[in-house]
Amino acid sequence: MRRLLWLSVLAAVAIAYPLLLSSPFQQRLGALVLLYAIAASAWNIVGGYAGQVSVGHVVFFGCGAYAAMGAYAKFELSPLFGIPGGIVIAVVLAAVIGVPTLRLSGHYFSMATIAVAETMRLIVTNTDYLGAAVGLSGPTVARNIFDLSFISSLPYYYLFLLVLAITLVITWWMANSRMGFYLRAIKDSERAARSLGAPARRTKLYAFMLSAALTSVAGALYAMMFGFVDPESGLGILISVKILIMAALGGAGLLFGPLVGAAILVPLEEISNSVLGGKGAGLTFVVYGAIIVLIARFQPGGILSLFKRRSKPASEAGAPHAP
Amino acid sequence: MSFVLVQVIVGGLLLGAVYALFSSGLTLVWGMMNIVNFAHGDFVMLGMYVAYVVYTLMGGGPIVGAPLAVLVLATLGVVVYFGLIRDIMKGPMLAQILGTFGLALLLRYSVFWWFGADFKSLPQNIVGGTYAVAGLRLEASRLLAGVVALLVTLGLHLLLTRTSLGSKMLAVAEDATAAQLMGIRPDTMQAIAWAIAAGATGLAGALIANFFYIVPTVGETLGIVAFVTVSLGGFGSVPGALVAGLLIGVIESLSGYLIGAVYKDIVVYILFLFFLWFRPQGLMGKM
Repeated sequence: MRRLLWLSVLAAVAIAYPLLLSSPFQQRLGALVLLYAIAASAWNIVGGYAGQVSVGHVVFFGCGAYAAMGAYAKFELSPLFGIPGGIVIAVVLAAVIGVPTLRLSGHYFSMATIAVAETMRLIVTNTDYLGAAVGLSGPTVARNIFDLSFISSLPYYYLFLLVLAITLVITWWMANSRMGFYLRAIKDSERAARSLGAPARRTKLYAFMLSAALTSVAGALYAMMFGFVDPESGLGILISVKILIMAALGGAGLLFGPLVGAAILVPLEEISNSVLGGKGAGLTFVVYGAIIVLIARFQPGGILSLFKRRSKPASEAGAPHAP
Repeated sequence: MSFVLVQVIVGGLLLGAVYALFSSGLTLVWGMMNIVNFAHGDFVMLGMYVAYVVYTLMGGGPIVGAPLAVLVLATLGVVVYFGLIRDIMKGPMLAQILGTFGLALLLRYSVFWWFGADFKSLPQNIVGGTYAVAGLRLEASRLLAGVVALLVTLGLHLLLTRTSLGSKMLAVAEDATAAQLMGIRPDTMQAIAWAIAAGATGLAGALIANFFYIVPTVGETLGIVAFVTVSLGGFGSVPGALVAGLLIGVIESLSGYLIGAVYKDIVVYILFLFFLWFRPQGLMGKM
């Protein structure tokens, strides 16, 4: 019951935010927080719940971004039509990457995903059809509403809010389904889970594919809002890192962890960029790095795990493990 | 034609020796503590910037720059071990990955913020000129880097296998608790391992600074090169890292020459994925 109350408060705040704080900067900030929250929540499925730390999620992000912009640049369609295409490509790619790499445990999986992401970035940078280093652009002026090219951030805000809600519902549903239980068992001990009959490899792969599909949607939305994609903004390793850090900062494996992480880090980045100007780009990531090191060192479960520990009665103290 | 090929192979071997040097640091830490340092490439980058600062402030070449870089990086290695690694080692895997990843960002963008994003380079003539040996043109800076890196990597191998310090370190790697019961302090040995690993990256960075482009993000590429080398050579094996480093140097320069410079990284990354998938224990490692 209390949970439901908190949830409705959160929803009310989210809906009212851009109307109460209505300057363009604040609305844009809100939209960006939601956008990164979508991507980080998608990562959370495989990185948090399944415990497979992917550092290559930008590949799927790029699939969505390139599919959305490609739909316009190559076929004169609305970028919206690129979304299903992006999802299909991302899911297929996830299967191709996942089948061999999910056998690898721990660090090996992380390294393999980095290498995949960097390979993709280099290949796309050298592919003329995908715009090479320049990338692809969306419609400069909206032809109709389906181009989703708005000057104000407000429509994007509500669109992203809707998608985030869907992502969180999917995550919640997954976490409470049989798959969620399998994933938690696999994360605690893959060997034990397997010996009890949990289909570890298949479940991890499904989680990876689901996560890839949702990340692809985030990528498509990102490209629509910014109106273009290039290898750096669509496939750069920093995007992976940002997504991962937001989820981990808030609390990996917790439903609202990624949203909390995004709500802290996105404003930090945007404000420091606008205050410090171009020089701030470096400093922002110095702060990012420092935050991650401190989180890893002192609170590996993320910020929400701190809160959770306090609110849980002592009887449950042993149950929730830090991821 | 074939003559140019020999030139390319020799160049690849010289660069490969440097790869071997900094990768043996990664493999040492990995083999001993089962922790992957995602900031390893950025350590090399720091070594390059130490050499750059030494040159711009004092006009000194690698004779001054290299020892200083070793000292600075070894100190950093010890600080990182006691400040971060010692605690996250026992923690969950996500914390291990995040910790060293955060460190990588911290180092990379501190340098970015301080020195800017533009490419820096040291004048070619700090270390001699170009020699012609049996018709091959060899730049003195590359020759120096390759030979020193090769000797130091071999020295590292001897240190680990022939000295009592090496035996103690291997004992800790084998079983830290048992080693502790025999009167060896795991903490000290692991800190020494970090000092050696980071010192090796410092030396490698200072050596390649003379002919490589110096830029804050170079650590990303070099880090992946180190992962490739270690996965190819086997985790924890210094001789493996040496063979793999030389091999990757050659493969990289050959593919750069035969297919095109922009594809040489792709070839190395795909090789890496191939090895992770089909032979995760590496060429010479054991599971």
